[in-house]
Amino acid sequence: MTDQAVEGEVGRARPRKEDARLITGQTNWTDNISVNGLLHLAILRSPMAHARIERIDVSPALERPGVIAAFSGGDLADGLGSLPCAWPVTEDIVLPDHPAVAVDEVRYAGDPVAVVVARDRYTAADALEAIEVDYEPLPPVLDLEAALTEDSPLVHSDKGTNRCYVWPLKTGEDFDSVRQRAEITLKRRYHQQRLIPNAMEPRAVVVTPLAASGEYTLYSATQIPHIVRVMMALVTGIPEHKLRVVAPDVGGGFGSKLQVYGEEAVALAVARKTGRPMKWTESRSEGYLATHHGRGMIQDVEIAANRDGKLLGLKVDLLADMGAYLMLVTPGIPILGAFMYPAIYKMDSYDFTCTGVFTTRTPTDAYRGAGRPEATFAIERIVDDLAAELGLDPMEVRRRNWIRHEEFPYTSVAGLTYDSGNYEAATEKALALFDYDKLRAEQADRNHRGDTVRLGIGVSTYTEMCGLAPSRVLRDLRYAAGGWEAASIRMLPTGKVEVVTGTSPHGQGHVTSWSQIAADVLGVPFEDVEVVHGDTRLVPQGMDTYGSRSLVVGGTAVHHAAQKVVDKARKVAAHLLEASENDLEFTNGVFSVKGSPDARKTIQEIAFETFSSHNLPDGMEPSINAEHLLDPDNFSYPHGTHLCAVEVDTETGQTHIRSYVCVDDVGKVVNPMIVEGQVHGGIAQGIAQALYEEAVYDDEGNLVSGTMADYLVPSAPDLPDFVTERTETPATSNPLGVKGVGEAGTIASTPAVVNAIVDALRPLGVQDVRMPCTPERVWRAVKEARS
Amino acid sequence: MIPPAFDYARPASVDEAVRVLADAGEEAKVLAGGQSLLPLLRLRLAFPELVVDVGRIPGLRGVREDGNTLVIGAMTTHHDVIHDPLVRRHAGLLASATATVADPAVRHRGTLGGSLAHADPAGDLPAVVLALDGELVAQGPRGRRTLPARDFFVDYLQSALEPDELLVEVRVPKADGWGFHYEKFHQVAQSWATVGVAVLVRRDDGHIAEARVGLTNMGSTPLRASETEDALSGAGDAAAVTRAAEAAAEGTRPSQDVSASPEYREHLARVLTRRAVLAAAGMG
Repeated sequence: MTDQAVEGEVGRARPRKEDARLITGQTNWTDNISVNGLLHLAILRSPMAHARIERIDVSPALERPGVIAAFSGGDLADGLGSLPCAWPVTEDIVLPDHPAVAVDEVRYAGDPVAVVVARDRYTAADALEAIEVDYEPLPPVLDLEAALTEDSPLVHSDKGTNRCYVWPLKTGEDFDSVRQRAEITLKRRYHQQRLIPNAMEPRAVVVTPLAASGEYTLYSATQIPHIVRVMMALVTGIPEHKLRVVAPDVGGGFGSKLQVYGEEAVALAVARKTGRPMKWTESRSEGYLATHHGRGMIQDVEIAANRDGKLLGLKVDLLADMGAYLMLVTPGIPILGAFMYPAIYKMDSYDFTCTGVFTTRTPTDAYRGAGRPEATFAIERIVDDLAAELGLDPMEVRRRNWIRHEEFPYTSVAGLTYDSGNYEAATEKALALFDYDKLRAEQADRNHRGDTVRLGIGVSTYTEMCGLAPSRVLRDLRYAAGGWEAASIRMLPTGKVEVVTGTSPHGQGHVTSWSQIAADVLGVPFEDVEVVHGDTRLVPQGMDTYGSRSLVVGGTAVHHAAQKVVDKARKVAAHLLEASENDLEFTNGVFSVKGSPDARKTIQEIAFETFSSHNLPDGMEPSINAEHLLDPDNFSYPHGTHLCAVEVDTETGQTHIRSYVCVDDVGKVVNPMIVEGQVHGGIAQGIAQALYEEAVYDDEGNLVSGTMADYLVPSAPDLPDFVTERTETPATSNPLGVKGVGEAGTIASTPAVVNAIVDALRPLGVQDVRMPCTPERVWRAVKEARS
Repeated sequence: MIPPAFDYARPASVDEAVRVLADAGEEAKVLAGGQSLLPLLRLRLAFPELVVDVGRIPGLRGVREDGNTLVIGAMTTHHDVIHDPLVRRHAGLLASATATVADPAVRHRGTLGGSLAHADPAGDLPAVVLALDGELVAQGPRGRRTLPARDFFVDYLQSALEPDELLVEVRVPKADGWGFHYEKFHQVAQSWATVGVAVLVRRDDGHIAEARVGLTNMGSTPLRASETEDALSGAGDAAAVTRAAEAAAEGTRPSQDVSASPEYREHLARVLTRRAVLAAAGMG
């Protein structure tokens, strides 16, 4: 992406300010933090998916040299409340107790059962082996459908059911009547396999207590320091004003650090018991068990249409795997997707039901896209299947149903008002770059020749809802918190600028993008802006980073705060220049009097004048600093068209992505290089779901894909060159016109890849391949279709 | 990823290494490039009391000729094997197969000897050395002994090395004039082979005169597809190769794991053998 001629900073492909320190490691990752007297925590985890703890004795661990303390769940229970779920999606949701360390029953392999504190990490890990635990095995609960039957064993026996909740959404015409008048209906079942998020930096926690004042600082590799602070105050009873939470530089999250974890609570509790600073850092394989997972759904989808391809209605029945406990937003993840199944299409009826199901597996929660990739997958897969059924080109069916650009703003059947979009433009651009017609011709030729290597073309036209979220909408969805964001701007005496943001970057490049936004409004050099984030003492308010919200809500808040600074500075400038505010122009950081260009003051000069306060307007507060809290009016709706060509070796089942083209419309772009990076990473993660990744459990509920040797995360050699382009239809819901880009690639790419594989194999009679589409699954699909 | 505690020794010579190993008995593990042992330690799947680091012993690295045999020091890294002119000229199969091992970081650290001594049937190099009719030279308190590759691989992660023996050399007969190909099937670049097939063919007058086929990950040890080898003798066209390859899975006992079922591995062995032989014989 070239740095096109842009005026100002926004739109410029600035290399990221933060990269030098992140890449060279000259920064504080949580695990790098060391303080005097630091002790190390290790956690003993259940080796079984489900068992009663008959007896636990931690005392043998205490005999090991270097061990300071050891605690069972019972030892910690009186000081710790249940871990929070902030999104009880229905009034009658089943909310089980969730102790940070299990007391009498373990409910997934990896559930914590005891904690050792030692002088070093190695001693702590070794001492775990000395802890004695007698388990009485209980039956695992693994199958989502079987879990809902009368005679199923229960994950939480006191609750009497594995059904966590049923959440319906019925809009438009009644689906049964639509089904009656439809010329064709299709029913499909799709499986969203469980995924493991795999942030580059594992989770880590450091707690430093200050006994004299009862204060605690919790450093955590988290996406959400502000939410963690509130929740940890509630869980531990440490008063909120005595608890400081710091998210130092954080190495990725993908939703897995949008969480309030038991290990954070345990580190605080043990620091409080011992009065000593504590550190806990998970290993990769420990993280595979104990960091929340993503996806894990069965999707029963029915679409009703006419034979010309016109869609009439959609019915979706979801079974969503909660895992063993409800974590911060576990029940809400499928609900985030609920509104997105109708996607970019016009239809008359929508009938959605989600049933949350407890299983004896690691809890699920947000993973990049969070509910929306699942929705997009289902609708894009079934629209392709419908096209095949009707003998129409899959792109043609989309054209006949999508919202046309002149129809925006458009309220979807699910009730969302899409403010802007141009699906035609993005699609036309993508088709041209992809050389769609030529690939179709090659595909036909291979089919005709009966080539053992088939070619498939996968289409995915998506939209998503970003910019979480209008607080009133969250209220209606029963989410506990709001969706606002905070920004403040500190004008320093020398004219430099500090932007304080409530967003909490963990790889997104906020330091760079926020600098660009502030520099433009204030008219100061990009280099003169620093961005402060991730520390509740330095950033008093914030809602943190997830759901492609940071730029749309947080970046816009920076814009408004900077505008307020300019408004205040204008008052000072008018006073100093002895002019009326209305007679002042402000360009490139300079206030000047209209008609007398020599009468001028730079914003840096105003900053110093305000610092000295020798000559301010009467009654003016001696500050041009400003703060802005923004509660968005609507979500934002990025969209785009992704096209993927896959070669499938029908002899071996091996798939090879030959080309990948995407045209995304994320509205106005602040930094094209960052946008392109987000799209690349997102596509890679979406391809990973389509082809490689799955959290596999055996019949006893043990995680079989417990290391990276068995859980296949693709790397650069496994991925094709991506052709990424954009169209730019500004969002109308914010002054920057931005929509968010953090999840687009992940949402769009998975169905593009699977559609391509199925498209390649349809002439052989294959209708679906379950994800991940491993070579063996593809081979079996071909084999079964042929027999 | 916290290994259990262990003692560490770094002998300066092969003799010293052998002495240290003899003293430690069954409780020692040899550390070569560390690309297999360290993950086992970190996952607590191995609990040696002593780790004997042979990385600083002079003379265990490098390639030399000994008449019609190439002699490769056990501590020669994958990277050096790939780029060694002697290996490329006389044992091209080894160079090309080694180039498929994991990723550049692993290839710079990992060693040929370490990979063979680890005896992982999913590793690429055991089947390759088996196909090359290689020999492995071990040194112990009783002196040196030379083991043919077919006797070296005993079982899953188990070689014929005694606990007090150190693998010092790998000897492979020069395969000048043989066609070769390593066909590796894996899901991602960094994963182990689901199945791999190492093929050498000697051609005579447009026909395959002799073929050797080594199989990766088709049992608890690397295997030779001997029925296919016999059937390939005299094969002169693709149809004959295809027929011969149908026997590639005979006598194998592939495992079931997350990436593949035994049935699928057997199928792959047949398809990949056909492809590898055709490529090696220039019939593709």
